[in-house]
Amino acid sequence: SFFIFFSFQQRIEIHKLRQGDNLILGFSIGGGIDQDPTQNPFSEDKTDKGIYVTRVTEGGPAEVAGLQIGDKIMQVNGWDMTMVTHDQARKRLTKRNEEVVRLLVTRQSLQKAVQQSMMS
Amino acid sequence: MSAAMDTESTYSGYSHYSGHSKKAHRQGSRDRHKSPRSKDGSRSEKSVTIQTPPAEPLLGNDASRAEEGQDDNWGETTTAITGTSEHSISQEDIARISKDLEDSVGLDCKRYLGLTVAAVLGLLVFLTPIAFILLPQILWRDDLEPCGTVCEGLFISVAFKLLILLIGTWALFFRQPKADIPRVFVFRALLLVLIFLFVFSYWLFYGVRILDSKDTNYQGIVQYAVSLVDALLFIHYLAIVLLELRQLQPMFTVKVVRSTDGESRYYSLGHLSIQRAALVVLENYYKDFTVYNPALLTASKSRAAKHMAGLKVYNVDGPGNNASGQSRAMIAAAARRRDSSHNELYYEEADHERRVKKRRARLVVAVEEAFTHIKRLQAEEQQKAPGEMMDPREAAQAIFPSMARALQKYLRTTRQQQYHSMESILQHLSFCITNNMTPKAFLERYLNPGPTLQYDRDRWFSKQWTLVSEEAVTNGLQDGIVFVLKCLDFSLVVNVKKIPFIKLSEEFIDPKSHKFVLRLQSETSV
Repeated sequence: SFFIFFSFQQRIEIHKLRQGDNLILGFSIGGGIDQDPTQNPFSEDKTDKGIYVTRVTEGGPAEVAGLQIGDKIMQVNGWDMTMVTHDQARKRLTKRNEEVVRLLVTRQSLQKAVQQSMMS
Repeated sequence: MSAAMDTESTYSGYSHYSGHSKKAHRQGSRDRHKSPRSKDGSRSEKSVTIQTPPAEPLLGNDASRAEEGQDDNWGETTTAITGTSEHSISQEDIARISKDLEDSVGLDCKRYLGLTVAAVLGLLVFLTPIAFILLPQILWRDDLEPCGTVCEGLFISVAFKLLILLIGTWALFFRQPKADIPRVFVFRALLLVLIFLFVFSYWLFYGVRILDSKDTNYQGIVQYAVSLVDALLFIHYLAIVLLELRQLQPMFTVKVVRSTDGESRYYSLGHLSIQRAALVVLENYYKDFTVYNPALLTASKSRAAKHMAGLKVYNVDGPGNNASGQSRAMIAAAARRRDSSHNELYYEEADHERRVKKRRARLVVAVEEAFTHIKRLQAEEQQKAPGEMMDPREAAQAIFPSMARALQKYLRTTRQQQYHSMESILQHLSFCITNNMTPKAFLERYLNPGPTLQYDRDRWFSKQWTLVSEEAVTNGLQDGIVFVLKCLDFSLVVNVKKIPFIKLSEEFIDPKSHKFVLRLQSETSV
């Protein structure tokens, strides 16, 4: 058996949690076209300037919704996130009038051989 | 104190000999003392004695082995190590024989011949313009045209040019020859030939056109003499360029490695012949390389001897043509044997380092303490206490006993004791005291082995060197040439490499073009 390293897309719906005056999602982002892509530990291609999930708080809305650390956020509520600055990304995620954000993320995963199932 | 006296008495006997053949004597006697001991050592390592039929000597086998084809273990096909006593005796003999040869006619004659030829030619050349001017006056004075102002001006010109030529020749060529070289300097010989031909042709012309025909145009004759002097000045210029300037620009880098301990240096040389390059290397050798110390080499020799001494091969099948088998078996066994000589070397070296450092610390402390007892008297103080005043030599003798033992021990540990006699140490001490040197400055000479120049010239300088080269020694240096400078105890292997052709290009940077950006990686929580 062998390991296959591939990426797949996932749609994640996060319901924001109200904390005092703020609506929080419970994760942190890194990246952006104005940032240094070589310092991103999660990207496979070190010239990738996309937005990545760098931390997911435990028990927060993002974790509940299934967001994982290392996911690359491709769209937020239909807005493209692959060519935005860091600040623009933050703004798109923290719009005050939105309670739900629908993210399209790309995740890399290590899957054990499909071959085993093929043999059996 | 007695220990210091001991070393002095051992070597005082040798100080009466001159030259370096005594050095060979000394080495020979040392090795003669050593060889019976090493033979005893190998005998004691034998554990089994078997009566063998007469076997062929191993050395003979090795020699024949080397000629046969397969050289798989080329790294190990070194011949067995013999004692050094035979070698030193034969070298001594050779040195004695060659010295006798040289003391007869030989090289001295050649050197003086060259010098006299050059001197005679120089004198001839110098007197020629004067002769050109004077001969018509002497021989046919009455027929000559009177010498006008132009002509007399030319006299002054000739006089000064000759003076300049004389000074230039003196500055450039009148030097003590500092070395005896095997072959003639090509450029010098060429220049002498050129000058000779030149002057000869001038005389020829003069003899035919002026002397024979008794030319009366005196001004023309003087101008002819002036043209000769001008041409001589130009030849002098050519001599400067060929002999002095051409080799100043560095073209080759030369690596010099001493064969006994691997000490190496690099030098830059210009276009020189091999013999001149050898001279430059030797001049720098005395200044840059640490002095050759045979006492430091005995350790590796004894290690190597021990490695091969423990193995003996016995032929149990009777005398057969098994020469190859024997030596191969020996080499294979030596390689496979699990000997811990590397371990020994490591611990021995670590131990030696520790001992040297300890002795050095004791020495430094002793010397510092000794120096605190000496104080320089100022001029005013000198009148006050005339009884206690000492000159530097006495002061040195006064403080020497307190540091003598530590110094002696240190020199023994670093095997330098033969380079420093008590007298030389006292001299150095009084020299340091006179010049207000600190203890560290005094010790600098003993803590590190210095270049050969530092030591007594007569004992340690090897005046006889042999240049061993595959190319003719008057050839110029080329890339890849290797030649060897041999003296009695060691040799210097010289490897010549050409300085590569460098392509240098320029790049202009506008000072305003230095701009920078911040590269961030921020993390925001949402």
